[in-house]
Amino acid sequence: MTPDSTSLKPEPLKQVVIRFAGDSGDGMQLTGDRFTDVSAAFGNDLQTLPNYPAEIRAPAGTVNGVSSFQVQISDHDILTPGDLPTVLVAMNPAALKANIGELAPGGTLLVNADAFEERNLEKAGYQASPLEDGSLSAFRVIQVPMTSMTLEATRELGVKPRDAERSKNFFALGLLSWLYTRPVEPTIAWIEKQFAKRELVLGANLAAFKAGYNFGDTAELWEHPYEIAPASLAPGTYRQITGNLATAYGFVAAGYLSKLPVTYASYPITPASDVLHELSKHKNFGVRTLQCEDEISAAGVAIGAAFAGHLAVTGTSGPGVDLKSEAMGLAVMVELPMVVLDVQRGGPSTGLPTKTEQADLMLAMYGRHGEAPMPIVAAATPSDCFDAAIEASRIALKYRTPVLLLTDGYLANGAEPWLLPDVESLPEISVEFQTEPNHGDDYWPYLRDPETLARPWALPGTPGLMHRVGGIEKQDGTGNVNYDPVNHETMMHLRQAKVAGIAADIAPVEVDDPDGAELLVLGWGSTWGVAQQAVRQARAAGHKVAHAHLRHLNPFPANLGEVLARYPKVLVPEMNLGQLSRLVRAEYLVDAKSLTKVQGLPFRASEIENAILEMI
Amino acid sequence: MSEQAVTFTRKDYQTDQEVRWCPGCGDYSILAAVQLLFAEQGIQPENTVFVSGIGCAARFPYYMETYGIHSIHGRAPAVATGVKLARPELDVWVIGGDGDMLSIGGNHLIHALRRNVGLKIVMFNNQIYGLTKGQYSPTSEQGKITKSSPFGSIDQPFNPVSLALGAEATFIARAHDMDRKLMMDVLRRAHEHEGAAFVEIYQNCNVFNDGAFEGLTAKDVRADMLIDLKHGEPIRFGAEGEKGVALNEFGECVIVDVAEVGVDRLLVHDEHRYDPTLAFAISRLAEHPGMPTPVGVFRDVARPVYEVQSQQQLALASERDGAGDLAKLIASGSTWTVN
Ligand code: SF4
Repeated sequence: MTPDSTSLKPEPLKQVVIRFAGDSGDGMQLTGDRFTDVSAAFGNDLQTLPNYPAEIRAPAGTVNGVSSFQVQISDHDILTPGDLPTVLVAMNPAALKANIGELAPGGTLLVNADAFEERNLEKAGYQASPLEDGSLSAFRVIQVPMTSMTLEATRELGVKPRDAERSKNFFALGLLSWLYTRPVEPTIAWIEKQFAKRELVLGANLAAFKAGYNFGDTAELWEHPYEIAPASLAPGTYRQITGNLATAYGFVAAGYLSKLPVTYASYPITPASDVLHELSKHKNFGVRTLQCEDEISAAGVAIGAAFAGHLAVTGTSGPGVDLKSEAMGLAVMVELPMVVLDVQRGGPSTGLPTKTEQADLMLAMYGRHGEAPMPIVAAATPSDCFDAAIEASRIALKYRTPVLLLTDGYLANGAEPWLLPDVESLPEISVEFQTEPNHGDDYWPYLRDPETLARPWALPGTPGLMHRVGGIEKQDGTGNVNYDPVNHETMMHLRQAKVAGIAADIAPVEVDDPDGAELLVLGWGSTWGVAQQAVRQARAAGHKVAHAHLRHLNPFPANLGEVLARYPKVLVPEMNLGQLSRLVRAEYLVDAKSLTKVQGLPFRASEIENAILEMI
Repeated sequence: MSEQAVTFTRKDYQTDQEVRWCPGCGDYSILAAVQLLFAEQGIQPENTVFVSGIGCAARFPYYMETYGIHSIHGRAPAVATGVKLARPELDVWVIGGDGDMLSIGGNHLIHALRRNVGLKIVMFNNQIYGLTKGQYSPTSEQGKITKSSPFGSIDQPFNPVSLALGAEATFIARAHDMDRKLMMDVLRRAHEHEGAAFVEIYQNCNVFNDGAFEGLTAKDVRADMLIDLKHGEPIRFGAEGEKGVALNEFGECVIVDVAEVGVDRLLVHDEHRYDPTLAFAISRLAEHPGMPTPVGVFRDVARPVYEVQSQQQLALASERDGAGDLAKLIASGSTWTVN
C-alpha cells in the first residue's frame, strides 16, 4: 500500500480546502491534525482553522457538539485556511447540518452513511434524511458506510465493536489520504508510536486507516485521485506550528536573548492554557512556571519575579485580563518589565471561550483605572507569535514597562508551516542592572534614562541599593511617596511620554501598494492573512488597493499618520465592533470605514474583498 | 556571608521616611520588635525584601531599610511568591492587616501557606479597617458597631490561627504588641523556619478600635487570659500556673483546675506534631467569651518547601535534558527542508 500502487494517474490540483466535521467525540481535530502534518512534511503550504465546542463532551449527535477542522493545502504560497471548504467530510447528520451551509457550490460532500439513521437524524433536527430528500443536489455527495467498514476491517482483531467504531476517523483519514495522494508511511509510523502502549487500539486504528485507503483505491467513487504538488517556499528548514506553541517558544527565546530566567505565571483558561503547558516542559532553559490560585495571583507573581530580576510573563485570555487590570496598573506605577499575554476569545463575560475575536483592543489600551498607558504588540500569524513574543519582551525590558501581547483563538490553535529562524540572527536584548549608587552615595530608583525614560532596575541582593517601590504616587527621581499635585502631573506625563517614545524604536508601518491606490486596507493582529488575500483578489480583478498592517497598537508607528493621510479611503476590517477604526479616527482624524465581524470566526477573504469593491 | 562579624543596630534598618502611623498605634512596637530582631540576628538588609498589600500595616516596607514592594490590596502573598520563586536565597517577608490578608487577600494567603512557600507572613490583627476609617473586618467580633455596621456586625469572624491550620501552614504563631519579648521570640522562630511561617500579632488600633485586646493583654489580666504555649510542657496558666488545659472525651480543649485533676491530665504541647488536629483544638480555646487565648508557637513542622522543589525540578530537567538549546527546541517535532 503506497501512493504509487494505485493504477490511476492523479490529477494535479493547485489547492484544496477540506473540512473534517464530526461529533466532538469523533476525533476530527486529530484527523485534521494528521492530514495537516503529512501535508506539511510533503511540502505543501497550508493554513488550518480548528473549530470546536466549549463543552468537553457536548451531547453526542447534536449540532452543539459538532467539532470541525478546516485546512487549506496548496502548491503555492497561501495566507488563509480558505473561505469555503470544497470538500466536507461529515461523520454524522449534526456535522452535516452545522457545516453544509458553508460547502462551496459544486463541492464534494463525503458522509459516513451509517450515521444517517433515525436517532441521529432526529438529534440533529432533521425530519427526513438530507441524503434522500434532494436538498443536497448542489453538491457531489459520496456516501461511504464508514462505521460498518471500520467494524469489518477490525473484526479479526478481537476489538469490542464499541471500541472498534472509534477508529472510523482513521478510516476517513485513510480515504482522504488516498484521494489527495498523501504519503501513508508517516501516518502509519505516527499511529504505531502514538498507540504503542495500547495494542488493540493501535491495531484497530491501523486497520481502519488502511481500509479507508484501500477503499479509495478500489471503490471507483472517483475517476482518479488528486495531487497537490509541494509549494515553492523559500529555502530553509520548516516545521508546522500553532500560535500558542510559537508564543511559548518566543518567550523561551526572549529569555535566551536577554540572558534572563523566565517566570511564567498563569491560571488555566481557554484558549491560553497550552502556553502554560508548553512552557512548563522547558525547565532546562531556566523557565519557571507557576499555576496560580487565580488570575490576580498570576499577575502578582509576575510583578514579584520582575522585581527580583526575571523576565516575567503572565498569560491569559480576556476574562483574565479583566482580573489582572489592577496589577497591571501597579506594574505601570512601579515601572517594572512584565508581559501580559492575552489570547483573545469571544466576549463579553464567558462569551465564546473556544472561538476567536479581537475585541480586547480597547481593553488593552484603556482597561485600567487612572491614566495607565501600556505598549501593545499584536501577532499577525501563528508563526509570527514567536517574533511578537520576543518584541513584547524587548519593549518591556528596555522601557521597564508592562506590555500587552495580543494574539487570539484563531492564531492560538491555527497552524501553518514556519521557516525556522536562525537563532543567531535573532535580535539581542541587552539588559543592564543597576549595581552602583546613581545619585551621589544614594540610589534613586526613579532617576530615568534621558533617552528612553526608563528607570534603573536594581535587584534585591545588591548592597547599598535598597529601595522601596509601590503603587502610591512617587516623586520623580527619588521614588519617595509624594502627594504633591504638580509632581503627580509631571509623573502622569512622564509615564505617558515613556510609552509614546517607543514609537521611535519600532519599525515604521509598511504599505503594500504597487499601483498607487486610493483605498488603503488597514488591519491588525490575525486579520493579516485574510486581508492580504482579499487585497490580492481585488488586484487580480483589476483594482488598485493598498494594504498596511499594524503590529504595534500602542504606540502606533511614527509614520502611521502620514501614511493614512495619503489615502482618501481607509477600510479597517476587524473582529470586533470597530475598535481600531475608532482609535485611528480619534488619533488622526481620518474617515476610516469599519468592517466588522463578530461571529467567533475569522473573516473570509471574500467578505473583505466585497467591502473593498464596494468602497472603490 | 563574610566571616567578619558585622554588628547591626536598629538604626541600620530605619529609613529616612517619617513613620506616619497614628501616635500610639500598636504598629510602632511591632516595627521596633522587627528592627531589633534584625539587629540581633545581623540580617543583611540587601538580602531582605518586605512585601505588603494595602492598609495601615502595609506601610511597613517604607520604614524598613531593605528592598520592598508596597503592592495592591490583598495581593502581597502572590507578589512575594514571585520574588521567592525567582530568588529563593532572599529573605522575603509579607506584612499586612486582617482586612488585607483575610478578606480581599484570603485566597492568596491560604494558597501561599498550603504551598509552603518560604515566606515570613506577619499579620497585624486589629479587628478593624483602619486606613478606610473604621469598618468591621473579617476578625471583628459579632455584634460590633462600626460605621458600616450600625446595628452590629452579623459576620462570623475568622480565627486566623485556625484558618492557617486549616490551610496546613507549617509554622503558626501568635503574639501581641504589648509584649516585645514574645514578638521577638516568635518572629525569630518564624525567621528560622524553612517554609511558610504565619504569625498573627494582636495590634491595638487606638483610633478606631482602642482596647480591643485590653481584656487579654493588660498587665493585670495577662496571667489569667493568655496561655504561653511552650513546646514539650503541660499547657498551664494563671499567676501560679494553677489552671491548665486538658482534652475532653471529644478531643476538645477544656480548662481545668490543676490541683483538682493533677498535672498528668494536662495536655502537653507538641509544636512538632504533624497532624494539626491538636493544634486546632488549642486554637479554638479563645472562641468562647472570657476564655484565655493561647500565644506562642502553635505549630512548627517540616514539609517540602515550594521554591526548593521548584529549584530541584529545574536542576533535574537540566541534568536530564542538558542545558536548553534554543535552535534544537524550535526544530523539535517533524521538520522538512526546502531547497
Ligand atoms: S488607624 Fe489605627 S491601625 Fe491605622 S495607624 Fe492609626 S491607630 Fe494604627
